[in-house]
Amino acid sequence: MLKDRKLVLLDDGRRNLLAGVAQLKRILDGEEGSFSAEQYIHLYTAIYDMCTQASPHLYSQQLYELYKEVFDDHNRSTVLPSLMEKHGEFLLREFVQSWEKHKLMAKWLNRFFNYMDRFYVPQKRLDPLEEVGRKSFVELVFDKLKSRVTSMVIGVIDDEREGQLIDRALLKNVLQVYVEVGGTSIDFYNVDFEQPFLKGTADYYSKKAQTWNFDKTCPEYMIKAEECIQKEKERAASYLHSTTEPKLFEDALFELIIRHEEEIMNNENYGCRVLLCEEKTDDLARMFRLFSVVKDGVLPISRIFQEHVNKEGMSLLKHATDAASREKDEKEIVGLLEQGFVKNAIELHDKYIACITNCFQDKTVFHKAFEVFCNKDIAGCSSAELFAAYCDTIIRKGGSEKLSDEAVEEALDKVVKLLSYINDKDLFGEFYRKKLGKRLLFERNRNDEHEKMVLSKLKRFFGAVFTSKMEGMINDIALSKEHQSDFEEYISNNSELKSPVYLNVTVMTSGHWPNFKNYDINLPSDMVKYVEIFKVYYHSYKKQRKLTWIYSLGSCIVIGRFDAKPVELFLNTYQSALLLLFNEADRLSYSEIVTQLKLSDDDAVRVLHSLSCAKYKILNKEPSNISISPNDVFEFNSGFTPRSRRIKVPVPPAEEKKRVVEAVHKDRKCAIDASIVRIMKSRKVMSHQHLVSECLEQLNRTFKPDITAIKRSIESLIQKEYLRRDSETANTYRYVA
Amino acid sequence: MRRSSKKSSSSSAAAATAGPTRGVSKEIERIDQLFCTYADSSSSVIDPEGIEMLCSHLEVPHTDVRILMLAWKMGCEKQGYFTLDEWRTGLKALRADSISKLKKAFPELVQEVTRPSNFQDFYPYAFRYCLTEDKKKCIEIPVACELLNLVLGLQFHPQVDKLINYLKYQNEYKVINMDQWMGFLRFCNEINFPSLDNYDSDLAWPLILDNFVEWLREK
Repeated sequence: MLKDRKLVLLDDGRRNLLAGVAQLKRILDGEEGSFSAEQYIHLYTAIYDMCTQASPHLYSQQLYELYKEVFDDHNRSTVLPSLMEKHGEFLLREFVQSWEKHKLMAKWLNRFFNYMDRFYVPQKRLDPLEEVGRKSFVELVFDKLKSRVTSMVIGVIDDEREGQLIDRALLKNVLQVYVEVGGTSIDFYNVDFEQPFLKGTADYYSKKAQTWNFDKTCPEYMIKAEECIQKEKERAASYLHSTTEPKLFEDALFELIIRHEEEIMNNENYGCRVLLCEEKTDDLARMFRLFSVVKDGVLPISRIFQEHVNKEGMSLLKHATDAASREKDEKEIVGLLEQGFVKNAIELHDKYIACITNCFQDKTVFHKAFEVFCNKDIAGCSSAELFAAYCDTIIRKGGSEKLSDEAVEEALDKVVKLLSYINDKDLFGEFYRKKLGKRLLFERNRNDEHEKMVLSKLKRFFGAVFTSKMEGMINDIALSKEHQSDFEEYISNNSELKSPVYLNVTVMTSGHWPNFKNYDINLPSDMVKYVEIFKVYYHSYKKQRKLTWIYSLGSCIVIGRFDAKPVELFLNTYQSALLLLFNEADRLSYSEIVTQLKLSDDDAVRVLHSLSCAKYKILNKEPSNISISPNDVFEFNSGFTPRSRRIKVPVPPAEEKKRVVEAVHKDRKCAIDASIVRIMKSRKVMSHQHLVSECLEQLNRTFKPDITAIKRSIESLIQKEYLRRDSETANTYRYVA
Repeated sequence: MRRSSKKSSSSSAAAATAGPTRGVSKEIERIDQLFCTYADSSSSVIDPEGIEMLCSHLEVPHTDVRILMLAWKMGCEKQGYFTLDEWRTGLKALRADSISKLKKAFPELVQEVTRPSNFQDFYPYAFRYCLTEDKKKCIEIPVACELLNLVLGLQFHPQVDKLINYLKYQNEYKVINMDQWMGFLRFCNEINFPSLDNYDSDLAWPLILDNFVEWLREK
């Protein structure tokens, strides 16, 4: 077959091909059916032959040029004119059609010219045939029409924005042409459509924004704006290319919202501040949504929020301070403040946490709003102290069943949440520990469940180290109870130890409990006897421990046999010891009392005052004024007739607050030292700034260290030769092993 | 023949070495002699009295910084006392074996000490020299002020002046330690005075200097 191949001459070949092309055009126009197999093979073979014939009948190059010619011709004479005479929607439709037809034509012709495309084209490194066709279309059709088409499309889109219904499928197809016409890149789409479109959008919305500003109020404006932006998003998804969506969204958002940020935020009647005051949750949430798209867009909102919350917080503070300033008694002050301030602070927090969750998607930056007013001192009390007092009150109420279990837990939950904003967490811990101690030792109605519940909450928030001592305290009490029953058994088993004095001992591990002010006293012999018995008993099973007796925490029930009736007096150890002196003598002078009890003047005055010059006159004093002087003489008041059979004689407490604060500051110094040594030991070499920031971070959970304190620590550690300054690099320290 | 030549060469060699040795040993002798004129006979060190005498002969007040520099050159360990070894070290290095030569050596000594590389060594030496007891690591404020004036007063008069005023005024620190002492030198060398514009208290300056700068800025 091959040997008999007839030579195809160029002119013949051209004629045949052009006839084939004409036929193809008719087919595409729908005027004819498809090629028959014979016709197809005929054309294919013709081309094949012309490309494989021996020279000088090798016509590959001419065929390549013919191909291009076919398209150019077609586009120039048929396609373009037809498009040029159309308008409006018809233009768009024709535009889409022409590209579709082009694709079909290219497909068919490529089949015919396939051999050439596979061998000649790569050999000569020419554009593949598909490219040739596309380029022809672009040059002769697309480029000539693109601006008309683009502005038409933009016009249609604007119509849709104004509410008209449009043919979205058509637009999608038109834009698809832009994409496909670029071949592998979407540059045509970007440059010839997207850019003008985005600009048009910006113009459209900037005009809209102007008109709306005059018509609509802020919240309404935002609602409208959000609607439009949603629509744009939907539009993009529906018929624009996917790359346009984010840009469109940003541009629309910018024109509508960001450009007017100042106005929207700070509008007198509808700005952010006003919305907060009026608790317009929806509007706030919308505002947040709209601004959160832009980087740092919500910072102004968070700032306004912080100012607002802070203002309310500070007014609470002022309120509480004013109330407290009218009160003289310190204990009353604390009571007033913790109920007045803490309770209201918790309510404020609740209200605005809800706001943060509902409107601001719980972003952390908003939580900072609580930090300022939670850390201010009020009327000389630190917020840490007040929170501890508040917890104390709740737990006591829970113990005396004024509050249900759930109410207690709920209230404590809220306090713990507020605690996370406090810088001086360790100060809170100390105050809490002190109050816990008092509760554990003196409260009659104690609810251990509540205590443990609070501790587990604190543990979760602040770590086990924070609560370890407090847990130890609770354990001590439980253990003591057990041992007390053992002790009583021990006594009852030893007849010689029996005595009318009943002793209840609580043994506390000194490391767990806060320091208590204690002063020694000469106890009466009955008490001393029992103290000794307990010592013996205790050392029988805990040989190594040393017992220190804290009489200042002790309490006694003394029966006073007055003329009228016997009365049970609830006193502390010192008062009891003093009163028992009167079992031996009816009258005692101040100096005698002081000598026998070995008390200091301050302590003696306090105790005597509580027994002779206060509410209950158990002792008569000569002279009978209300101040204790060293010349006074005291006598048992047998005529004392209280109304009830049981009375509690209180003693005013000693100044504690300062000591707690001092203790905490001492601990902090050690904590800073330890932290610095730890950091330097692991890093060996560190710059000053890094060391300071690491230290701050490590300690942040417990308290906020002062930079000066850290520097002081570093210097003392240099002095003690734990660190030294690096001799080569400035501002750097080295660990000294 | 060989023997005699060898002998002569060795003897000439001996003669050649004998010359300088004799000269050197003469110097050492004079230095030692000079030492003995001031040393206390029982303790065989020059004690404060002896130093005073030395200073009057040198026509230099005994609180002058040059005596301190001399002590540095000698490597003296104990303030107010020169041992024989220290004396020898110092005077040999200065190539002085008489009072007049020693007096003449002073200007060069001052120049040598104020060279930055040497000053970095002299400055902490001055501090250590003032530590009176073995275990002590700090010097009292008044002593520190004197020393500052002595050692830095010439080079950095305005800073030293203000610093001394501050040290006397504040009462947070009663003593100065080595770290703070070195801080003073760094301060004078690095910080623009009196503008203080490149002082950053967030850097690793000792707290006493932070407070000093704050005090200056407030005025």
